[in-house]
Amino acid sequence: MASISLNEKIPNNVDLAGDRKLQRALEEWQPNFIDWWMEMGPEGFQQDQIFLRTAVSVEEGGWAHFDYVKMPDYRWGIFLTPNARARTIGFGDQIGTPVWEQVPGDLRKDLRRIIVTQGDTEPASVEQQRLLGKCAPSLYDLRNLFQVNVEEGRHLWAMVYLLHSYFGRDGREEAEEMLVRRSGHRDSPRILETFNKPIDDWLAFFCFTMFTDRDGKYQLAALAESGFDPLARTTQFMLTEEAHHLFVGETGVGRVVERTVELMKAAPSGDVKAVGGIPLDIIQKYLNEWYSSSLDLFGGEDSSNAAIYFATGLKGRYKESSSSKITDHVALEGCYTLQIPNGDGGFTNQEIPLRRAMNLVLRDSYVDDCYRALERWNGVLEKAGLSQRLYLPSDRFNRRMGSCANLPIAPDGAMMRPEAYAGRIASWLPTPDDLAYVRSCMVSVTEPGKFAGWIAPPRKGIDGKPIDFQYVQFH
Amino acid sequence: MADITDSIPIPASFETHPDRYVHLRIEVAGAVATIRLDVKEDHGLRPGYALKLNSYDLGVDIELADAVQRLRFEHPEVGCVVITSATDGVFCAGANIFMLGSSSHAFKVNFCKYTNETRFSIEDATANSGQIYLAALNGVASGGGYELPLACQEIYLIDDKRSAVALPEVPYLGVLPGTGGITRVTDKRRIRRDRSDVFLTLAEGIKGKRAVEWGLVDGVFPTSRFHAGVADRAATLAAGGHPERNGVTLGPLTVEASRDRLHYPYVDVTFDHAARVATLTVTVPDDAADVPADPSTLGDRFFPLACFRQFEDALLRLRFHFPEIGLVMVETRGNKTAAEAIDGLLATRQDHWFVRETTHFIKRTLKRYDVTSKSFFAVVRPESCFVGTFAELLLGADRGYMQDVAGASVTLTAMNDGFYPMNNGLTRTASRFLSDEEHARTIAATRAPFEPAQAADAGLVTFAFDELDWDDELRLAIEERSSLSPDALSGMEHNVRAAGPETMESKVFGRLSAWQNWIFQRPNAVGARGALTLYGQPLQPQFDYRRC
Repeated sequence: MASISLNEKIPNNVDLAGDRKLQRALEEWQPNFIDWWMEMGPEGFQQDQIFLRTAVSVEEGGWAHFDYVKMPDYRWGIFLTPNARARTIGFGDQIGTPVWEQVPGDLRKDLRRIIVTQGDTEPASVEQQRLLGKCAPSLYDLRNLFQVNVEEGRHLWAMVYLLHSYFGRDGREEAEEMLVRRSGHRDSPRILETFNKPIDDWLAFFCFTMFTDRDGKYQLAALAESGFDPLARTTQFMLTEEAHHLFVGETGVGRVVERTVELMKAAPSGDVKAVGGIPLDIIQKYLNEWYSSSLDLFGGEDSSNAAIYFATGLKGRYKESSSSKITDHVALEGCYTLQIPNGDGGFTNQEIPLRRAMNLVLRDSYVDDCYRALERWNGVLEKAGLSQRLYLPSDRFNRRMGSCANLPIAPDGAMMRPEAYAGRIASWLPTPDDLAYVRSCMVSVTEPGKFAGWIAPPRKGIDGKPIDFQYVQFH
Repeated sequence: MADITDSIPIPASFETHPDRYVHLRIEVAGAVATIRLDVKEDHGLRPGYALKLNSYDLGVDIELADAVQRLRFEHPEVGCVVITSATDGVFCAGANIFMLGSSSHAFKVNFCKYTNETRFSIEDATANSGQIYLAALNGVASGGGYELPLACQEIYLIDDKRSAVALPEVPYLGVLPGTGGITRVTDKRRIRRDRSDVFLTLAEGIKGKRAVEWGLVDGVFPTSRFHAGVADRAATLAAGGHPERNGVTLGPLTVEASRDRLHYPYVDVTFDHAARVATLTVTVPDDAADVPADPSTLGDRFFPLACFRQFEDALLRLRFHFPEIGLVMVETRGNKTAAEAIDGLLATRQDHWFVRETTHFIKRTLKRYDVTSKSFFAVVRPESCFVGTFAELLLGADRGYMQDVAGASVTLTAMNDGFYPMNNGLTRTASRFLSDEEHARTIAATRAPFEPAQAADAGLVTFAFDELDWDDELRLAIEERSSLSPDALSGMEHNVRAAGPETMESKVFGRLSAWQNWIFQRPNAVGARGALTLYGQPLQPQFDYRRC
C-alpha cells in the first residue's frame, strides 16, 4: 500500500504521514492484519453494513464517530491521548524525573513483554468470539459484539504502533507474531491461557466482557501511569473505548438475570428451563468460572516482576496519580498481608513487601469493581422480591495461579478434602450439560427490536438510536 | 579497604624510557642484553608500601614491559636477554603484598592482567624475535619472583645453599599465583602433578639440585661460577645474535589526555561519563601505505606500528583510568585502499625483521583488546575502514553493528588469515566460526568487500540495520548493555571470547578471570582475618574451612 493511501486509511494523531519508519512497518503489517481479520474475524458478516463507532480523532467527540461500515473497511486508527503538559514519572525509584519519550534500553525487554502480552489478548478475543455472531440474541447485541471486535482490533493496532515505533526490528517481528498465534491453537496458542478457550455462547461472551475485559481495564489503567509516555498515552485512549466493552458485559449479564427473574416469577414451579430461560444456578456457575479465571490474569500474588515493574516506573497502581488514597508513591515501606495455605487445611498470614504485592493491589481494585456490578444484579433479584442472591466466589476458588493454584478450595474459601471437592465441583462450575443447555438457547434473532427469549432488552439503544434500530444491514 | 587506586589515575602514563628507569638497568653487550632488577624500595607508584627485596608494583612492570619492547625494536641484533638481579642473594620477591593489600579489586585484576601480558611478551620475543630469555637467579625467587623466570626459556639458579625458587601464595597468602605460575609449572615445565602439589604448598620453596631434579630450573651453578656459567650459556643461546638488523627508535607517543578525551594522531577516544560509554575511533590516513623499500627507515612513523602503539596506550588507559566506562563503541575511519595496501605490505614483507616485529606487536595488542574487561561494540558505517588488520577490531568485538546502506563494507585481507592468532591459537575468523571450519576458510579467503547483507549472512557482523532502524537499535543496544552487571559482563564476555581450544595463554587468562578473581574476593583472603590482609602482621589468619 502506498504511504499516501495508508495515511488516509488510518486515522491517527501520531504523524503517520511524516514517519517513514512507521509507514514502512505498517505497509508490511496492514495487509497481513486484513488477511488475519478475514480469516479469524467474525465469520459470516464481513460484507454486512454494521452501525459502528470509529475513532477518527482525539478531539472532543472525535473518538466516537458512528456510521454504517463494512468491517473489513473499518478505519482502524492510531491515537494517543494528547499530552497536556510535561509529565514526570509518578511512582517508583525514578519518581519526579521526566517521563521517557523513548524506550530506555535497560527496560526494553520488560516493556516489550508487557506490550506483547497486552497486545496478544486483543486479537485473541476476536478469535475466541468469531462464531458468536451466528447466534446473536438481537441486532443490538450483534452490533455490540462487532463493536467490541473491531475495537479489540484497534487495540491491537495501538500495541503494534508501539512495537513498530519504539522497538525496531524486534518490535516488527513481535507485531508479526501477533497475527500468527491463534487462540486455542495447539502449536501456536495465544500467550495467556484464558484467551485460548473458545467463547461459544453469549452468556460466556457477557462474562468475558464483564470479567476478563475488566482485567484488561485495570492492566491498561496501570500502564496509563507508566513512565514510558507513549505507552501511557496509548493506553489512556484505549480505556475510553474499553468502557463500552465492560458496559456490554455488565449489562449483558444483568439483562440475562433480569429475564431469568421474569421467567421465575411467571413460572412459579421455578423451572426456568421449561420456558427457555437460563436458571440462576447456571448463571452463578458461569460467574464462578469467569471471575476465578480472570483473577488468574493478574499474575502471582507475590511477584518479583510486579515489584520490578513498579520500581522501574513501568506499571503503577490503579489511579496511582489521581487517587487521593495513594500518598506513598515509592512504596518501599509497608507490607501486604497475604493468606496462604499452610498445608494443614488452613491458612496463615504472610507479610510481603508492598512492591511485591502490586499485582494484588491492582486486583483488589478490580475485585471492588466486580462487587459493584454484583450488587446491581442482586438489586434486580431484590426488587423482584426474590430471596436468591448471586455471589462472587472467594479469590482462592478454582485458581490456576498463585498460592491457591490447583487446591481443593470451595467458593466460600474453605479448604476441602480432595474427594469432597471433586464431589461438589459440578454444583459450582458449568458442567457439559449446563454448557449444552445454554448453547441450545442460542438462536439467531435478526428482526430489529426482537430479542431471544433468554435475555431482556436493554434500557436504551446505541448513540441515541431506538432499540429497534437496524443496527446491522445484511447484504 | 580504602579504594585509593580508583580516585587517582595511577600510573599517570604507561610510557617510559631506559633513561628514566627507576628500578631496572638494561645493558646491551653485543648479542647479549642484560636486564637487572634493582627495585628502589621507596619509589613505589604511590605511598603506603615499600618495594623491599626487589618486589614489584605496576611501575616496575611498566619498565619491564618497556625493556622487552625496546629490545625487540631498538636492539633487534640481540639474540639473548638475561634477566637477573642487581643484588646477589635476592632475585625477586614478586608482586608487593602490601601494594596488593591496599589496592582495589579492580586494580589488582588489571595489575595481574598487565603483568601477565608482559610475561607473554617475553615468551613471544623468545619464540618469534630470536631473542631468547634466560633467567639468572642469583638469589631467592619467590612468588611473582619465580613466575618471571618461568616466562623465560631457561632458568639458572645460584646454588648458595640459601636461594630457592618458590610459589608460596597458597601457604602464605591464601591466594593463587597471579601471573601464570601454576600453569607454567604444569604446562610449560611439565612438572609432575604430585610434585607440583608439594611445590605449591611449600612456602620456603625448593633449592639446589632438587630444583633441577624436579625441573623447576634448568641448572644450578655454585656462587663462584654463577656469573661465568650464565654468561657462557647466554652467549651460546645468543649464537652471535642478528647483526644484520638495524634497530629503530621508539619515540614518545603524542597524546592529549583529559577526563573527556584521549587524542592521538590515529586514535581518538571520547567519553560519555553519564552513560558510561566511550567511543574509540581508529583512523587510517591516505598516506598510510607510502612506505619506502626499507620500511624500517620510517622507524616509529611506520603507520601500522604508530597506530597500534596508540591503540595499545588507549586500551591501557581505558583499563586503569576509566574503570567506570563499561562499553566501548569501536569505530574506524579513513582510506580503505590505503588500509588494503598496508596489509599487502605487511603480508609480503615478512622477510624483513621490522615488518615481522610490527606484525607481532599488532598481534599482541589485539590480544590485549581481547582480554580487556569492557564491552566492545564495533560500528560499521559507510565511512568506516574495517579492512584487513583493522577488521580485526570488528572480529574481536563482542558485537558488530553495521549500517545497511550503500558504501558500508567489511574487507578481509591475507592479514586476517593467520597473522593475528588469538590466545587460543586460532585466528579471529576461525575462532568465530568454530562450528564450520569450511565456512571459516571460505570467509578468510574472500578478498572482495562484504556488503551489509553479505556481512550479516557471512556472520561477520551481528546485526545490519537500515537507516530507519539504525539510531534506535544502536541507542537501545547501548542503553541495554550499560544497565547490566559489570561483573557478570566481565565474566560472560571472557567466556564467550575464549571459545575454542585451550593454550597455556588462554588458560592463564581464563583462570585469572575466574578462579583468581574469586579467591581474591573471598574472606579467607581479604576478610578481616584473611591471609592476604594479615600478611606480615602478628595475627594469624582464621579460615572458614568449608570447601566451596
